[in-house]
Amino acid sequence: MSGYDQGKGSDVLDAQDRARFEQLVLPHLDAAFNLARWLLRRRADSEDVAQEAMLRAYRFFRGFHGGDARAWLLQIVRNTCYTWLEKNRPVELMSEFDEELHPQPSTSPEALAIAGDNRERLTRALETLPPRFREVLVLRELEGCSYKEIASITAIPIGTVMSALARARQRLHRALTQSTPQEASREL
Amino acid sequence: MSCDFTPTLLHGYLDDELDAARAAEFERHLECCKECTAALGAEESLRSSLQRSGLYENAPVALRKKIRAGLDAATASSAGMRISTWRMIAVAATVLIVAGVSWFSWPRAGKDSASTAPFTVAEIIDAHVRSLQPGHLTDVTSTDQHTVKPWFNGKLAFVPPVKDFADEGFILVGGRLDVLGGQNVAALVYSRRKHIINVFVLPTKEPDTAIHLPGLRQGYQWRHWRRQGMEYCAISDVSDSDLYELAQLMYQ
Repeated sequence: MSGYDQGKGSDVLDAQDRARFEQLVLPHLDAAFNLARWLLRRRADSEDVAQEAMLRAYRFFRGFHGGDARAWLLQIVRNTCYTWLEKNRPVELMSEFDEELHPQPSTSPEALAIAGDNRERLTRALETLPPRFREVLVLRELEGCSYKEIASITAIPIGTVMSALARARQRLHRALTQSTPQEASREL
Repeated sequence: MSCDFTPTLLHGYLDDELDAARAAEFERHLECCKECTAALGAEESLRSSLQRSGLYENAPVALRKKIRAGLDAATASSAGMRISTWRMIAVAATVLIVAGVSWFSWPRAGKDSASTAPFTVAEIIDAHVRSLQPGHLTDVTSTDQHTVKPWFNGKLAFVPPVKDFADEGFILVGGRLDVLGGQNVAALVYSRRKHIINVFVLPTKEPDTAIHLPGLRQGYQWRHWRRQGMEYCAISDVSDSDLYELAQLMYQ
């Protein structure tokens, strides 16, 4: 497991550290913000937390010994988001992750083709999912992370990434169906 | 249910994360399982919706700026000391407000030979304030006068006298090149109880003067004098008695 040193950050970083950080980590600021935005759902909160996470990453930077800088950063962003949620919106974290998997998605491709290409509808549907479903979807579909990267960012065993994604997609299908406009839902 | 494949495998296939053998096996299964074929179609459709709807949100420009400022604050500056951002802003605001109210030309106001000083008060204050911005204070950082003085060699057409007065409570922090009145000058940086004092030094053909009476504007004190072919101006937010003490030490 690619953990980072949680215990202590060095706060004496010099110009050389700064240059390395600019080169390796700062280019992933968009990824950091995007993940925070989807975990916290509100832009203003996401800006604050992304900033805090980026500065935390900087303090821990001497503990980063090469490798996947994006995954390393996103791991810190995720932890910072969850800490923030625990403190500010604990109710959101209480939703159950391990629910039973139904064998088939409940939306037909046709219904999705009509309803799914709508940014607002997708956003709303994604936002109704518990954070742990939302994050695997965002990492996979928006960030293009591999299972290995998802495992290291979210601290779930690599063997369960596939089933986590399966559950998350199923939940999203269901959320989309539920938010389908009246005419469509009558048919389903 | 006719399909004996675990439904999660479909996701591994969709995500291209199955090994070659299992992927081939699943493809063979797809040929005869309508349920899985339909399910795969639904997942592909969902994926393309997610990816085509512009859901990815890039970091705002303002956030990028805030983070850079935060990184600056967390990086040890070359002088080994940090001037906080709010203080910088307060200083800049004061400069703007007061500059609008009082705009008199110094040293012409003085009654002695200072009238020929090649720079104005506004320029000195600007240079001092500019030096307090992060990373601007020194080009050479050393408390050793034998490091600071040779650093100016070849960078200026004159050699400024550089002395450390740490024993007297004025610690040499370093030096830098600056421009006053369109002329390259040496700036010597001292610290006095965490306050920064800039001493600007440039050559002059004018005769020596005493240390002139203090000037005060915008909360900054300055002292000006000429000595042995050099023109000096010390400026800081320390008290005038401190500034005068340094001026006397340098004058000797």
